[in-house]
Amino acid sequence: MKITVKDLQEKLVLKALTETPYAQTEVNDMYIGDLLSWVMSRAKEGNVWVTIQGHINIVAVAVLTGVSCIIAAEGAPVDADTISKANSEGIVIFTSKLTSFQLARRFAEISAE
Amino acid sequence: MTLHYDVIEDDFISAGEASSDLKKVLKQLGIAPDIIRKIAISMYEAEINMVIHANGGTIDVEIKPDKIYICLKDTGPGIPDIDLAMQEGFSTATDKIRDLGFGAGMGIPNMKKNSDFLKITSEVGVGTTVEIEVDCAKE
Ligand SMILES: Nc1ncnc2c1ncn2[C@@H]1O[C@H](COP(=O)(O)OP(=O)(O)OP(=O)(O)O)[C@@H](O)[C@H]1O
Ligand SMILES: [Mg+2]
Repeated sequence: MKITVKDLQEKLVLKALTETPYAQTEVNDMYIGDLLSWVMSRAKEGNVWVTIQGHINIVAVAVLTGVSCIIAAEGAPVDADTISKANSEGIVIFTSKLTSFQLARRFAEISAE
Repeated sequence: MTLHYDVIEDDFISAGEASSDLKKVLKQLGIAPDIIRKIAISMYEAEINMVIHANGGTIDVEIKPDKIYICLKDTGPGIPDIDLAMQEGFSTATDKIRDLGFGAGMGIPNMKKNSDFLKITSEVGVGTTVEIEVDCAKE
């Protein structure tokens, strides 16, 4: 099944921190990582990126890798300037109380539906 | 076409901005996505290094029909052993920087993997110059 960011937001019960529109953006896979240069070279266009990093540099990584959205796992704090930068760059950031593993498991479930 | 960026060291606020801007320009020029990806990764890593290891610097980009040339210059502390710095996992990043997700020692290896030509010249106490080339000739 084709999964959009909107589906992801509903089924994983994600809270949007940004105002960037996202409804129809397609999500093709999930990438989990907190080491930015690792994420930079491994995350692929269209992936949902799960991280606990919340500082402004995650926005540049998201722009450059072309991920479909970012999820801050386990309620990891996301800086206010990260959110405003994401809004101006058209990046979507969600927050979730779930761990990376729980998010991945849920994502696998909805991918199999 | 040439582009110039000044990268200032300001607690990472502008980090990655030049790379993000170049990505947009290349997209508008209709450059192939896999080539844009290579350039985005290699330039981002070099730009971030300028911010976290030096104190900012300048970036000059030359876009030619067959290749894209990027030259990043800083007047930071320099790299004493370039061969060592090129190794995967080597990093002198402080704990504070590591907490922000840097310091995997993957930046220069990423540049190497995602470019067709990479040259790093550095003098301790004077600065570092990184030159990156990515071929974009259509097959
Ligand atoms: N512009 C620079 N000025 C001074 N030293 C540098 C510069 N660029 C790189 N270095 C040195 O080379 C090392 C390796 O760089 P590299 O980008 O591979 O890893 P890193 O920046 O430490 O971590 P990562 O890129 O994975 O976040 C750095 O830790 C630093 O010691
Ligand atoms: Mg680096």
